[in-house]
Amino acid sequence: MAYPFAMAIYYSLSSSVIGRGGGFVGLANFQALLADGTFRQTLQNSIVFTTVAVTVKTVLGVMLALILYRRLRLKRLVRGLVLLPFVIPTALSTLGWLWMYDSLYSVITWTLNRVLLAPLGLGPLEVNWLGSPTLAMAAVIVVNIWRGLPFFAVTVLAGLTAIPTEFYEAAAVDGAGRWGRFWYVTYPLLRPVLAVVVLFSTIFTFADFNIVYVLTRGGPQESTHLFATLSHALAFESLQLGRGAAVSLFMFPVLVAVVVLQLHYLQREETRHA
Amino acid sequence: MPRRAGLRDHVGLVPYLFFILFPIYFMVLTAFKTDRELYDLQAIPFWIRDGVSLEHFRHLFFKTNFPRWLANSLVVASLTMAISVAISILAAYSLARLRFPGARTFGIAVFITYLVPPTLLFLPLTQIVTWLGLIDSLGALVLTYPTFLIPFCTWLLLGYFKTVPREIEECALVDGCGRLGILFRIVIPVAVPGIVCAMLFAFTLAWNEFLYALTFTNASVTKTVTVGMAAEMIRGDVFHWGGIMAGAVAGALPVVIMYVFFMDYYVVGLTAGSVKG
Repeated sequence: MAYPFAMAIYYSLSSSVIGRGGGFVGLANFQALLADGTFRQTLQNSIVFTTVAVTVKTVLGVMLALILYRRLRLKRLVRGLVLLPFVIPTALSTLGWLWMYDSLYSVITWTLNRVLLAPLGLGPLEVNWLGSPTLAMAAVIVVNIWRGLPFFAVTVLAGLTAIPTEFYEAAAVDGAGRWGRFWYVTYPLLRPVLAVVVLFSTIFTFADFNIVYVLTRGGPQESTHLFATLSHALAFESLQLGRGAAVSLFMFPVLVAVVVLQLHYLQREETRHA
Repeated sequence: MPRRAGLRDHVGLVPYLFFILFPIYFMVLTAFKTDRELYDLQAIPFWIRDGVSLEHFRHLFFKTNFPRWLANSLVVASLTMAISVAISILAAYSLARLRFPGARTFGIAVFITYLVPPTLLFLPLTQIVTWLGLIDSLGALVLTYPTFLIPFCTWLLLGYFKTVPREIEECALVDGCGRLGILFRIVIPVAVPGIVCAMLFAFTLAWNEFLYALTFTNASVTKTVTVGMAAEMIRGDVFHWGGIMAGAVAGALPVVIMYVFFMDYYVVGLTAGSVKG
């Protein structure tokens, strides 16, 4: 008896949400958006933000996982520390970054001036990290990388641990060097895990809200707006609820495309290995 | 056995650890500095010169709504954790064991819901919350958080329940135990680690949630820690960085403490979603 009841509750929760979402958006809203400059800017921002952040996270994540895989000193402590950015609430840690990017008291600018430029006799530089479109985008991406790196490192590490060490031994016998072992053993066996991790990260990076909201609110000149922040701004600052909903729903086809692509890729991988 | 790490690996780790830890170190440092030192451009920002000060924490706890926000977060996270994990146990068990029409489809549906980011749903949810008259109450959060917690916990537990051998359950069935009896007397005790993991994740995700809390609450007294800090302390032109960092540190502390004690569960939960999938 408890079971169908639970199912009913659960079902009502998830489907009602999606059902209502489809209720108040027509295609007209989408067309209007496509003609809108801010929206196109947001689309471009989202693509840049997602591509750069996910690529860097993948590369750094794999490299970090490869180090963590070795038998390190204080291994547990190191692994524990690496996961911290994931555990700390993003909204709160981003406040820390906001302070580090402060236009006057930025510790990054301070270090740049005092440690790097002053010894070279170069004058103090004033950098407003969140003030120019390019810098602001870079700043937002850095925070996203900081936040997402632990997820990559830890999941890739789990993938690495699943690779039988005999493979490496065999490769070593065949005369494979450091690179050879990575390229012919690690990488092919890691690919399915990587595909899933990249899928997850692409979706959640693309749909990111917290970092941009706290750091820039989409500015300067809409240069860091993502779908989620634009949708929030339209709905609650300009009170155009329908527009905002259309923007957020615009994420849906893009996400579906990503999921389908990834699943397709995974399936092909599976049939190739079978 | 993986290779023992050499000096090169340890050196290679340094930039990563610096990148990961410096922001955290700097937040903690700022929270304990005096305002005079914070805004002194001659002071070296990497350590505390004028002595540790608790003024920001004192201000935060006695002059702002911060304690209220902490309490709100605690209530919402605990309640949603309990609700979500309870429902997820039932859902995951039935998906793992019972054969009913559409079970497979339902399993896939859970996975897909898990992939739908909250940022896609917050506007329709606003409508629902408004219809129910829950806007600006903690009830709104207790109702909406399970929408992303249940798919996650169900997915996590599903993998766990599948590892419980069917034979034990069949023995119990033969001995006259009902389905629910099996669930409570056999499956749940065996799956305790998985359930603890789901509880930890549910609590952490609920505690860290920002968008729904930002959207569904307006009054200061109904805010959670994340929203209270990010939306209320960042206001106007003058930022009180010491206070903001003190709040960020204090607001993150509960989940960090939990994490320190249950680190291994977090690793399991984090990898379960992607590696098993």
